[in-house]
Amino acid sequence: MNTSSNTMQLSGLEPLVITKESNFVNIGERTNVTGSRKFLRLIKEGLYEEALSVAREQVEGGAQIIDVNMDEGLLDSKACMVTFLNLIAAEPDIARVPIMVDSSKWEVIEAGLQCLQGKGIVNSISLKEGEETFLEQAQKIKWYGAAVIVMAFDEKGQADTFERRIQICERAYKLLVDKLCFNPRDIIFDPNIFPVATGIDTHKNYALDFFKATKWIKEHLPFAKVSGGVSNVSFSFRGNNKVREAMHSAFLFHAINSGMDMGIVNPSQLEVYDQLDPTLLERVEDVLLNRKDNATERLLDLAERYKGQNNPQKELKTAAWREEKVQKRLEYALVKGITEYIEEDVEEARKNTSKTLEVIEGPLMDGMNIVGDLFGSGKMFLPQVVKSARVMKKAVAYLLPYLEAEKSEHDKKNNGKILLATVKGDVHDIGKNIVGVVLACNNYEIIDLGVMVSAQDIIKKAKEEHVDIIGLSGLITPSLDEMVFVASELEKQNLSIPLLIGGATTSRVHTAVKIEDHYKSGSTTHVLDASRAVTVADQLLGSKKTAFLSAQKESYDRIRENYKNKINPSKYLSLEKARQNKLKIDFDSYAIPKPTFEGPKYFDAIDLSLLLDYIDWTPFFRTWELAGKYPEILDDQIVGTQAKEVYADAQKMLHTILKEKWLFAKAAIGFWPCYSKDEQVYLKNQNKVFHFLRQQSQKAKDIPNLSLADFIAPEGHTDYIGGFAVTCGLNIEAKIKQFDLENDDYSSIMLKALADRLAEALAEYMHLMVRKTYWGYSKDEDFSNSALIAESYRGIRPAPGYPACPDHTDKRTLFDLLDCEKKLGVTLTENLAMYPAASVCGWYFAHPKAKYFGVGKIREDQVKDMAEKKEMKLERMQKWLSPNLI
Amino acid sequence: MIHDALKERILIIDGAMGTMIQRYGLDENDYRGPRFSKHALDLKGNNDLLSITKPQVIKEIHCAYLEAGADIIETNTFSSTSIAQEDYKLESIAYELNFESAKIAKEAATHYSTSDKPRYVAGAIGPTNKTASLSPDVNNPAFRAITFEQLRAAYYEQIKGLCEGGVDLLLIETIFDTLNAKAALFAAEEYFSASKKRLPIMMSGTITDASGRTLSGQTTEAFLISLSHANLLSIGLNCALGAKELRPYLQILAQKAPFFVTAYPNAGLPNELGAYDQSPAEMASLLKTFAEEGLINMVGGCCGTTPEHIKAIAEAVKDIPPRKINASLELAI
Repeated sequence: MNTSSNTMQLSGLEPLVITKESNFVNIGERTNVTGSRKFLRLIKEGLYEEALSVAREQVEGGAQIIDVNMDEGLLDSKACMVTFLNLIAAEPDIARVPIMVDSSKWEVIEAGLQCLQGKGIVNSISLKEGEETFLEQAQKIKWYGAAVIVMAFDEKGQADTFERRIQICERAYKLLVDKLCFNPRDIIFDPNIFPVATGIDTHKNYALDFFKATKWIKEHLPFAKVSGGVSNVSFSFRGNNKVREAMHSAFLFHAINSGMDMGIVNPSQLEVYDQLDPTLLERVEDVLLNRKDNATERLLDLAERYKGQNNPQKELKTAAWREEKVQKRLEYALVKGITEYIEEDVEEARKNTSKTLEVIEGPLMDGMNIVGDLFGSGKMFLPQVVKSARVMKKAVAYLLPYLEAEKSEHDKKNNGKILLATVKGDVHDIGKNIVGVVLACNNYEIIDLGVMVSAQDIIKKAKEEHVDIIGLSGLITPSLDEMVFVASELEKQNLSIPLLIGGATTSRVHTAVKIEDHYKSGSTTHVLDASRAVTVADQLLGSKKTAFLSAQKESYDRIRENYKNKINPSKYLSLEKARQNKLKIDFDSYAIPKPTFEGPKYFDAIDLSLLLDYIDWTPFFRTWELAGKYPEILDDQIVGTQAKEVYADAQKMLHTILKEKWLFAKAAIGFWPCYSKDEQVYLKNQNKVFHFLRQQSQKAKDIPNLSLADFIAPEGHTDYIGGFAVTCGLNIEAKIKQFDLENDDYSSIMLKALADRLAEALAEYMHLMVRKTYWGYSKDEDFSNSALIAESYRGIRPAPGYPACPDHTDKRTLFDLLDCEKKLGVTLTENLAMYPAASVCGWYFAHPKAKYFGVGKIREDQVKDMAEKKEMKLERMQKWLSPNLI
Repeated sequence: MIHDALKERILIIDGAMGTMIQRYGLDENDYRGPRFSKHALDLKGNNDLLSITKPQVIKEIHCAYLEAGADIIETNTFSSTSIAQEDYKLESIAYELNFESAKIAKEAATHYSTSDKPRYVAGAIGPTNKTASLSPDVNNPAFRAITFEQLRAAYYEQIKGLCEGGVDLLLIETIFDTLNAKAALFAAEEYFSASKKRLPIMMSGTITDASGRTLSGQTTEAFLISLSHANLLSIGLNCALGAKELRPYLQILAQKAPFFVTAYPNAGLPNELGAYDQSPAEMASLLKTFAEEGLINMVGGCCGTTPEHIKAIAEAVKDIPPRKINASLELAI
């Protein structure tokens, strides 16, 4: 039979698998009020925290299971058992091992079993009250999912001979296995360890009979295990630890050899068998094995010598971490969740600083950050984090009176009132509580509404209390929607209280994309963790509020933009489907405007001063990494001064450019009769084709998948498409070279930036002339500059590389049609960049429905289609379109 | 017998109920129906109540999953304990919710059942919204918002309703606290003993954080051991993680469990907006590798999955033999 089928499997938070090859399993005995006076005192006085450290010492000292016993006349055993086991459940470094629920009262055992999520052991049941009770209890134990210790005890009493022992054990085994189908691997027999060397003759064989019975059980009752309370054996030598330890070691040695699997011992008080004093060992073994008639007397004589001697090595050492510096100790206590020394350590840290708050913001927050990191990386799990939070709370509670006192020295006024709540449908509040503590430590008044709080209650309280900030928390995903709801309710009520969002599933992206939009009258800020809560609150309520919010707005805008571009391939249509959803313009009832000429036309001597009014200055500031819209940017609180400076310099240089003719401008425009099919625009009589792209992302109902080609009439009509190329960069090289030689980077950049602006202005100017005169479809337009920049006119002039036509390869066609190289002196590089750089080329579309849009991501089928139609290699096409591929 | 089918092929469990209910765009009045029109609390979101107020919707969803190829459908009773219904002050109708939901599911399953492909109804037993081994109060770790005894009583009522409504199996699922599940198991044993009829029990836990533990802190193996005392039909994992993230923990179960092993993960991890967007094809191909590795006996979907997912999964695993239970493990039960 495979060994795995022999195993006994137990669990706490972690598994304990006992195989044939396992060594003896230690069961910690110190958390037993009948065996430990100290433990009894702690429980009686309600000092549970110290009682827990007894349990922790046991586990750290090597106990693989811990025995918990609360049987004492003056205790409410059941209540004590439940309290202590619940406390252990919150201590992962104890709860990792299985628990042995030890009581002579069934109701205490049952109450204990109801607290164990793992598979523990019941200690014990017996046939003392007959078969019926025995089976009833065993049945329940099976349902609770625990293993069981069966005492060799029956209606007649406790078995004290070999025969009685094996007879009772066999009977119990058969009842369990045959009647209840109890898993025999979950049965442990305790064949009674009684004191020896008592001076009573009938006790002389107690140890020996135990060994023999153990051997018999292991041989005759398949899979059953044997256990026992070892310290009983040395009962006669109370007060003589040296002798007792020797007796335990020797007893275990023989019992294990006979097959004993586990035992209740104090693992930190066991002598190593081989290292026992040989004389002592011999006399001990004489007693245990009943080898000599006067064995008891001989051991008693020897024992006198050891009286009062305690093994100094066995004194419990102070834990090593207590020797560290106070910062390290606090960190350790937080990570391990140990509250025991927290007050003295915090006190020490407090004395070391001049401001109490520094203790919280320094070592305590540092420790919590480590906890956060460990949790995030999976090295800690929730119950451990809860413990850390508790240590933090305790530390803060200790410091609070000092914080209060220090406050009164300066000012009692608080920084503001903050309402905190875990939203409706969610019960998680650890993070929220920590945020509350940290904020409170920073002089904020906290109104904590707890968990499962509805939007109405949040708003009602916020109004009543005139709070300055509302903080929402949540851990589970449905909470995200609830937060959106709260935000929209705030908006409905016309409130403008800043809103903070926090909790494990919340994110900047969710806040930016989903929540912020619903709360336009206020602000919404995502707070990553408790440590940032204070900074955020300070900024929102301080003088830097505007700057903070405008920086935030920019970053949220960016997040939204990125989000929009982030894609799920399953939300993309095939090219064929996308085509079916093209923009359907009714060209039959549309009078196609005819341009005043066909083919190209050139403009050589353009007066640059004409263009000044058409300059869009906002991108100019972006070149200088100054964020903001022109002209408001000139008065901006943060960048205003700098913006004014570069703007003034720009005006100065523009003046010189005009006066000294640093730059020349040229333009070409052209119109060609054409029709569209799919994404292509075919030029009649030219054998040239423009290839556009089509949006493939899945659209909402009635929203088309656009392509620029949709703005051109299909075959059967004669429509027109325009093309243009302009440059303001001619002659620029000479001047740039001069600046570079002078190491004048500033002027060099300024000139390039201005040339770019002028080229764009020229493109704008030419477009205006086209609408007004050369195509002439829009003679009565409002031609003011701001209207132009706002693109409130009819028709568009997209350029290759724009979001609507991201493919650059059609530049070649455009350049050929307009003969740009020869007539303008603008060339295309290998990578299809225009040289000089201050040049723009593109198309004109005249239909009133023509508008700018983004193609976004496209699927492979469109790339293939385009490569075929352009007769270009697929790989090259893919390379060109790579930014748009899914 | 489902045991026979399980030895021959991988059985398919259905997908999410909530995701499908959302498609119907029901409003507060739909949830209330005439019977609860005057109820004091908002009922929208109490999906289990729809078994009474909109039974046709629930039946349609069952049918959609059966149509997609599910061998096992789950009753609409994830939150039908008196404890979970307390949020809506509807604890008094807990038995009825379970009974009606079981009936609806059974009708649908019977309709689709053939001798070649019998369909089974699993009574879904959720974890409730309270934990028996964790304190909700940071300052008082000994406190419990719910006791074993309260859970046991509530589960007993639920199980009674499900069994009397006609379910074929019990599925204790989305276990985040093993002690809650143990209370459900205890109640099941008690009910079986009283009614003199046993149903196969399926168990499914949920791993919630990066440490690979349950919310209450147990490792996968400890979780398995803590529930192995009952003679389970199956043990497995669902929810919380997507298929990819579930794999290492499923391997542990596949290796060590003396029962059949199930997996019905979410459609990937939720994105930043809390939605699931793994496509049917993606999910199916991940689960197919589980099947090929011999990790699973039953497979399906949790949050964010739809009949399209289930169909793709059924298609992907249909020719792959199920996991074989290690013979030496079977002896250990």
